[in-house]
Amino acid sequence: MTTEQAFNKDLMGIAEAANELAAVASQAAFNAHNAVEPVVNNGDSFLITGLTVFILACFVGYYVVWRVTPALHSPLMAMTNALSSVIIVGALLALVVSATSFSKIMGFIAVILASINIFGGFIVTRRMLHMFKKKG
Amino acid sequence: MEIFTPLAYLVSSVLFIMALRGLAGPETARRGFLYGVAGMVLAILVTIMLPNVTPYGLIILGVLIGGGIGSAIALKIEMTALPQLVAAFHSLVGLAAVCVAIAAFYSPDAYGIGSVGNIKLASLIEMSLGAVIGAITFTGSIIAWGKLQGVVTGKPITFNMQHMINAFLAGLLLLFVIMLCVTQLSFYFWLIVIIACVLGVLIIIPIGGADMPVIVSMLNSYSGWAAAGIGFTLHNNLLIIVGALVGASGAILSYIMCKGMNRSFFNVILGGFGGEQAASAQDMGDRNANLGSAEDAAYIMKNSSKVIIVPGYGMAVAQAQHALREMADVLKSHGVDVKYAIHPVAGRMPGHMNVLLAEANVPYDEVFELEDINRDFAMTDVVYVIGANDITNPAAKTDTTSPIYGMPVLDVDKAKTVLFVKRSLGSGYAGIDNPLFYENGTMMLLDDAKKMTENIVKALE
Repeated sequence: MTTEQAFNKDLMGIAEAANELAAVASQAAFNAHNAVEPVVNNGDSFLITGLTVFILACFVGYYVVWRVTPALHSPLMAMTNALSSVIIVGALLALVVSATSFSKIMGFIAVILASINIFGGFIVTRRMLHMFKKKG
Repeated sequence: MEIFTPLAYLVSSVLFIMALRGLAGPETARRGFLYGVAGMVLAILVTIMLPNVTPYGLIILGVLIGGGIGSAIALKIEMTALPQLVAAFHSLVGLAAVCVAIAAFYSPDAYGIGSVGNIKLASLIEMSLGAVIGAITFTGSIIAWGKLQGVVTGKPITFNMQHMINAFLAGLLLLFVIMLCVTQLSFYFWLIVIIACVLGVLIIIPIGGADMPVIVSMLNSYSGWAAAGIGFTLHNNLLIIVGALVGASGAILSYIMCKGMNRSFFNVILGGFGGEQAASAQDMGDRNANLGSAEDAAYIMKNSSKVIIVPGYGMAVAQAQHALREMADVLKSHGVDVKYAIHPVAGRMPGHMNVLLAEANVPYDEVFELEDINRDFAMTDVVYVIGANDITNPAAKTDTTSPIYGMPVLDVDKAKTVLFVKRSLGSGYAGIDNPLFYENGTMMLLDDAKKMTENIVKALE
């Protein structure tokens, strides 16, 4: 039985250690949370996040667009035109979440304009791409 | 749910990048197109599914109205009117950006960027930036559309102190943005929007018709930057990423177009190029050009073994692409090798000629870019130049006083015979005479591009 007792004792020891570790971890998490909170709540910090995303996206765009074949530069323009209408996301929020009716009207107009672009841009792109055929 | 939306936006951004990546070649382009549509659908669905986004009635109404108009236009439009269409679409993106910026200014709490009269400083600056770029894109694109459509004169409109006035307005904009940040008054916000609208008009009016490829690309780029500006205002990474992609794309296209004309971007933007026609056109008056008929042209081409076709804006204006394809088919049936050579700035937007030829069912592997085909001219019997002029002018290589000196041109003068389809012997857009017209190996076919090509087809049969 001594081995079992020893085993149980060991087990208790491990459980205790785990508990302590958990306490330390939660304390650390709490501290980290406190440390992070002011940064997250500060609106200006989005500027840095946004800028990071923006600059990286510029580089991605640069390398991707240089690989587009010159023959497809017109479809590229039509497509990017449709893509930039993703601004509809902002327009949708303005339409439904805004507090003032003036903002809602602006949002509604923007939804219409962006929709014209999304449908128009994609359809024209599709029409163009379907024209490009190989020999024979 | 809180984590779900940004993640979905991230997926959507990746889909957009893959959409652009697909355009690397015609084979992958259609899959790329599907990625683009998927990304857009995902972005919109996720936004609508946000818990506070109800009711759906107005959203559906707006999308139906816009979608209906957009689809109707896009399905009906002629491919030759493509540059105008793209310019018009750019203006809509610009206006949408302005609308969203205004909405954000009047309901900042909806986006968590402060309250009315107490908007965060960074947000105010971002908002103004989005509104300014959006407004410039809006009015600038309308003018570009007018020039391409022929509603506004394609000639550069210049007046005294033009650049001074633009600089003054830009200074005013800066001043009012500062005033807006200090006072938070809507008065300044509206002033900013109005001045930016005026500036958009003034920036585009001094630019001539043939510089439009640069301008359309530039406005394409602006529409992207406007979207990115709104993304910063709304703290939305998706808008920032897409804006940056579109902005970069437009900027690269502008660069390629400028390089195709051997001009700096600022030279194009400052405008006025191509204004002083007639000036140098006279000193060549005593020279004689060989005039030919459709029958002559048909005879020469039928008895050659290699023909290269060089299309330009004139082909688009005359809608001659289908007749041209027909001519190429007949020549091929006579055992003639036919290729097409495209100059980067041929037409009114990047890739304009490629689309028109594709529309006429010309296989894309018969169409070559300048650097891929320029060596072939020396081994070519006949070059058929249809509706192009300046992009073939050998003066760009030899005459250091020429306004287009240094511009890369197609070496059509190296071919044995050059057939020029033109309406008159007049100079091209840049206002420069083309010495090629008076060479012995050149035959001028003076007529409408479509009529002449059709007559050649008749003579060939």
